[in-house]
Amino acid sequence: MARQLGDVHRRFLQSMMSNSVLDEQQATALYQNCCDIHKVQSIPDKLDDFIDNINSKLQPMFMQIRKGMSEDNGHQFYALVNMAETDVTRMSSDYADNELELFRKTLDLIVSSENGKISSTDVLNIADTLTTKKLKKSEAEQVLNRLVQDKWLNEKRGEFSLSVKCIIEMEPYIRRMHEDQVKVCHICHNIAFQCQICDSPTCGIKIHNPCVATYFKGRVDPRCPACDEFWPHEIPGIYFYFSTYNS
Amino acid sequence: MTQRKRLSNSQGASQNKRRSDPLGEDDGDLPFTQPSSSQVQRGMEKFTNSQVDQKTAEVIQFFLVKDQKKIPVRRADLVKHVIKEYRNVYSEIMKRVHQTFDQVFGLKLVEIDTKNHLYILINKLEPPEGGGAAAVQGPANPKTGLLFVILSVIFMKRGAVKESVIWNTLKKLRVDPGERHEQFGDVKRLVTDEFVRQRYLEYVRIPHTEPVEFEFHWGQRAELEVSKAKILDFMGQLHDQDPQTWSQQYREAHAPPSTPGSSQPHTSSSQPGASQSRRSSSQSRPSQR
Repeated sequence: MARQLGDVHRRFLQSMMSNSVLDEQQATALYQNCCDIHKVQSIPDKLDDFIDNINSKLQPMFMQIRKGMSEDNGHQFYALVNMAETDVTRMSSDYADNELELFRKTLDLIVSSENGKISSTDVLNIADTLTTKKLKKSEAEQVLNRLVQDKWLNEKRGEFSLSVKCIIEMEPYIRRMHEDQVKVCHICHNIAFQCQICDSPTCGIKIHNPCVATYFKGRVDPRCPACDEFWPHEIPGIYFYFSTYNS
Repeated sequence: MTQRKRLSNSQGASQNKRRSDPLGEDDGDLPFTQPSSSQVQRGMEKFTNSQVDQKTAEVIQFFLVKDQKKIPVRRADLVKHVIKEYRNVYSEIMKRVHQTFDQVFGLKLVEIDTKNHLYILINKLEPPEGGGAAAVQGPANPKTGLLFVILSVIFMKRGAVKESVIWNTLKKLRVDPGERHEQFGDVKRLVTDEFVRQRYLEYVRIPHTEPVEFEFHWGQRAELEVSKAKILDFMGQLHDQDPQTWSQQYREAHAPPSTPGSSQPHTSSSQPGASQSRRSSSQSRPSQR
């Protein structure tokens, strides 16, 4: 049902190209702004339809504006993503081959970690194992800093996790490379790193931390949605996550 | 649901997936010449429509990645790393590329150097109203403001300004090229290297100067992207004067464009006053040559 694009769509797309990620509020404001400039009516709640229209034209170029959730605050974010890349080549103009290898291996570590976080020591240890050019520990540390600066990784108290930008952009790559290992949230069905896992050995479903907060909000006796066993983990308060979707 | 296709990494990484060249010639070595229309026709018989579409997608990606850094794209690189064995249908691919940039992105592919075949992407959309810096299209960025100041000075001085004048102007704004700036870092490098590489400025040696002195001109990208009329309006506001009091600059800024009704800067050489550009005429569209 794709209509021809107008300048209002093109302006929105251009902004998406220059911002790496936008949260839902910013994206809505951008949509309204573009509509105002081109004297088109902006319809509340029609942002996703608007984006779908653009996506239908981006599809032949293997590009899409995708939505993803931040594991830190539960907000929805939008990012323009290249779906065709089989690798992390989108970063190839900014990072050297061995730096990309370090990033790939860091991704691998985070995927296989229990709670989606790894320490800098973990990363520095793999600096020696690179098959391209080896990196000194100090160089690896610099690469890590740049990855945080460029918003591929988040750093909190010495621990690294994947940023929302990284998750949205790398999801196809991660699903492909770690098909068996990657965790998927039982509630929202997206890939999950920082999540809680059902204790029951025959169940083991995973739920994102923000999704836990929403799903179990207000429940005195939280039970696993899949196997009905008691959910033993601490339920984060809903206000800890400013969730933009209703439970 | 879309089929996800594996595109080959076309940034020059692996040449091992090279298919046999139908012309029997080595891809990278020969200089590229535009195929004739009969060659294109024969070429289109060799490849399926969707193969050509896929190649079009790769070309678009290539341009977008380069354009992020505002680096002009060399046609030779494009042919060597992306077009490859599709060189015979080059013009068909570029036709689709132009169309897509226009209809989907609102961007225009322009050849800024017809001798070396360098391309840049410029914005077809008008910049939104508001503020002098709206004269420069592109994402809002502190560097844009700085660039705008420099372009304004050059324009008001009729196209060429000694570098010392620029440095003094910036110093008055507390941007000292001699010191590391909190936001811009190495200011001298930003202005003489980055802005020049992006083709916003030209840094030109003044002949017969000893020791060597340099002056700044507008670069090709500035000529295409920056509205002189808007700069003049901003100057008017700044000095509380009617822009028409600068009669020479006003004439230059408001020279009639070749497309009636268009207020956007573009590459027409019939625009009098856009005379400081020393580049050869660049309005011939690549796919038609």
